[in-house]
Amino acid sequence: MKASNSLWREQPIESPFPELMREIEIYETEIELRKQGKIDEKLFAETRLRRGAYGQRYDNGQRWDGKETQTLPFPSSATELTKGVNTVWDAPGMQRIKVPFGGMNPEQLEVMAELAEEYSDGIAHVTTRQDFQLHFIHVDDTPALMRRLAAVGITTREACGNSVRNVTACPLSGVCSTESFDVTPYAKGLAYFLLGHPDVQDFGRKFKVAFSGCKDEACGLVNMHDMGVIAIKRTENGVEKRGFELYVGGGLGTVPHQAKLFDEFLPEEELLPTAQAISRVFARLGEKKNRNRARIKFLVAQLGIEEFKRLVLEERATLPQDPRWTDYLSEIHELDEKPLRPAHSLNGTPRSEAFDRWYKTNIFHQKQQGYATATVTLPLGDITADQLRALADISRRFTNGTVRTTVDQNIVLRWISEADLPEVYAALEVIGLGQPGAGTIVDITSCPGTDTCKLGISASRGLAGELRQRLAEKSHAMDEAVQNLHIKVSGCFNSCGQHHVADLGFYGVSRHSGNYTVPHFQVVLGGEWTHNAGSYGLAMGAVPAKRIPEVVERLTGRYVSEREKNETFKAFVQRIGKVQVKTMLDDLTKIPAHEEDPTLYTDWGDSREFTIGDMGVGECAGEIVTHAEFGLAAAERQVFEAQVFLDQHEYQKAGETAFASMQKAAKTLVEEQFYDVPNDPDRIAAEFRTRFYDTKLFWDEYAGGKFGHYYLRAHEKANEPYTPEEAHRRVEEAQLVIEAAHSCYRKLLAAKSSPKQLLGI
Amino acid sequence: MNLQHINIKFYLENPEAVDLAEYSTVFNSWIQQKRLQGLLIDVADYLHVHHGPGIMLIGHEADYSLDNRAGRLGLLYNRKEQLEGTNPEKLAQAVLAALTAAQILERENGLKFIGSEVQVIVNDRLLVPNTVESFDALEPDLQTFFTRLYDGAEHTLAHLNNPRERFTVNVKTESRFDVDTLLKNLSVEAAHA
Repeated sequence: MKASNSLWREQPIESPFPELMREIEIYETEIELRKQGKIDEKLFAETRLRRGAYGQRYDNGQRWDGKETQTLPFPSSATELTKGVNTVWDAPGMQRIKVPFGGMNPEQLEVMAELAEEYSDGIAHVTTRQDFQLHFIHVDDTPALMRRLAAVGITTREACGNSVRNVTACPLSGVCSTESFDVTPYAKGLAYFLLGHPDVQDFGRKFKVAFSGCKDEACGLVNMHDMGVIAIKRTENGVEKRGFELYVGGGLGTVPHQAKLFDEFLPEEELLPTAQAISRVFARLGEKKNRNRARIKFLVAQLGIEEFKRLVLEERATLPQDPRWTDYLSEIHELDEKPLRPAHSLNGTPRSEAFDRWYKTNIFHQKQQGYATATVTLPLGDITADQLRALADISRRFTNGTVRTTVDQNIVLRWISEADLPEVYAALEVIGLGQPGAGTIVDITSCPGTDTCKLGISASRGLAGELRQRLAEKSHAMDEAVQNLHIKVSGCFNSCGQHHVADLGFYGVSRHSGNYTVPHFQVVLGGEWTHNAGSYGLAMGAVPAKRIPEVVERLTGRYVSEREKNETFKAFVQRIGKVQVKTMLDDLTKIPAHEEDPTLYTDWGDSREFTIGDMGVGECAGEIVTHAEFGLAAAERQVFEAQVFLDQHEYQKAGETAFASMQKAAKTLVEEQFYDVPNDPDRIAAEFRTRFYDTKLFWDEYAGGKFGHYYLRAHEKANEPYTPEEAHRRVEEAQLVIEAAHSCYRKLLAAKSSPKQLLGI
Repeated sequence: MNLQHINIKFYLENPEAVDLAEYSTVFNSWIQQKRLQGLLIDVADYLHVHHGPGIMLIGHEADYSLDNRAGRLGLLYNRKEQLEGTNPEKLAQAVLAALTAAQILERENGLKFIGSEVQVIVNDRLLVPNTVESFDALEPDLQTFFTRLYDGAEHTLAHLNNPRERFTVNVKTESRFDVDTLLKNLSVEAAHA
């Protein structure tokens, strides 16, 4: 744990989002409560997940060392302190950092560099959702890390857990000639509208949103999202209107679903309220118990898109008006990026051969004449702290700091005057980031796999790295049709590497051979990256991990020699058929005995004999913690804060905070019956009295209505000053009210499963 | 000034002769055999990254890596957990840990480290800002420690005064030292401490 953690708490950090700082204080208190055993491990797990603090491989305190499974004796193992079910407190974890639409500036890159150095292993990792991830982080360091991010306007809130994940968007939004309009402000508007919104706190699973500026290109990958929007313009009565083609219910995972069209033209002013209504329907009707069927795609499939739409529109009609739905529309042009340097073409500038190779694959000509976007290819999405700082400098030198991360795990620099491209390339070369091949077969996407993920079966990064190295060596001599193929690798069937939408996709599986387990990859062919992830590939069979390069060699070789004119890889695979493909790969699937070839019994980049024994329980799904459980936990945190104020002799604050905790508990219960209860103290008290006090629902078997009375009396005296004695008493009462609220909530739950019980029948 | 999270890097004499890919297996065997003090957890391979951390042995108290930052390959010790004691004592602990790992690599894997040059980094910008004032405050402790490590041999402390970087000091002596000698000097120092 860092010695400076407490110092960061005292730093006067000015965040563009002050509410983020309060959010971090709350999280820090929750860490303290967990250490004191006052928060259940399951609830704490979901709490930290909703702050992006994720588990990592071996955090159950066990690791296979190639010969035996070793127990890792973390100091906290002695006290049995956990940060989730079977998750050791001291075990390193991963911190996911949300980057809405991938948009970053140089200051943010620099802070990312500092955090990678000081808290992680010196590497920042760009994910397939435009996030950053830092690995090997101690949970005690996460509040300080979050404070430093908040200082530059970045939040980790709801980066993991059953929440709205990072909102992604095409990294070329605003500069692409095929787009209808720039989706950036809409992606930003929706991301911050839904961030922490009460209506997205009670999902059974995560919810992913993507924006695309056009329909045909790949960048937005709308079809594989829970909610995807494509920019559309329509002329009505001679007036051009902006809107969106709206899709819902897409997703990859073990059972991939193509999203269904919800609306052909959703006017821009309806985007946020419709997203809110969708969230409400998902929270209300989505599966909560079986996490394998809890994504919205299952709800849409179960109800049918028409019924789902009817329910959403019905919900939309009942939503209380919110000015934020449209406030941001008046500011959408404030996000418009401007170039730093005047537009000049590249004509006549001397160019090296290396520059030309890079220029061919890594440069996108913007719709703004004379400007280009350069893709900085990051091997496996990894970038060092030094490279991040240098990239910040390059972006300042040639642009107005217009940087975005991409779902291909790269970074783009936008608004470069074309005449500057040779200098940009030279600067990138110096820091080892001038590799060509963006968007080609060497630009392989991979999830973390067995390197750090608890669910990983095979080493996706190991395989991706090996393929990348082999293919890069001969890429310039490759047939162009092969160069333009996409390879994507996942460590398991959960598709974080997006293998379904690659020409050649692979996901980790295992097979038994004798007394051994052999790492394999399932071969998935013919997915479509273009048309917003237009179609998914089909599994062709599992091949030992070490033979996957040979699979790539054979398939691409045959494609080159037998493809018909302009035939895509997908069409080629369909034409030759699954049987032919299986025949081609059949000999590769045979596993020789361990004595004959032990190399097949290890995985790429990992010398240990292979096992699947290191797999743990994933946290992708988060824990199912209800809205009410969160509410009651928040009330408990407040009463803890009130106790701290008492200790500090701040009696007025102690009394007020204790009352606030009672009110939070009461409101939480009221919301179980009246979800939209306004945040008005008188109304909350009135609703509580009618629904829980007068009905005796809140009454204790022995104490009767005493605890409810504590709250109602405290409400009446809420504006009176507190003497030390009264403050003490209020804190004591608050604790009892919260206990009673827990008890009442248990009664409500029991009544849901057996309504007669509530009526005392 | 409270010196914590000390990083120590000893450079390799013959970096071009090293096949870093082999060290994933080597570090994994260290986990198997519990070769170093402290809890060793995992191995991370960053060979695909330009001038990156190379191969890392991740621990609870500290990480070790065959690190290629700035294009100079060496063994980097990164102390993560806090240490007790005076600043020279904490420096001694970090250097001792780095040298112990270096000695194993020399004896078992044929690597050769340069003993007469050390990089010291404090991996905490708030605790020890990279300023002239920090250097002024820490210089006496650094001098005390390195005078002992180099057995009184003349040496220089060069502070890299770049506010974007962590507090970094390059220590160099014209005298030749190998890892075994430094460890011997340190054990004498430990006895005196």
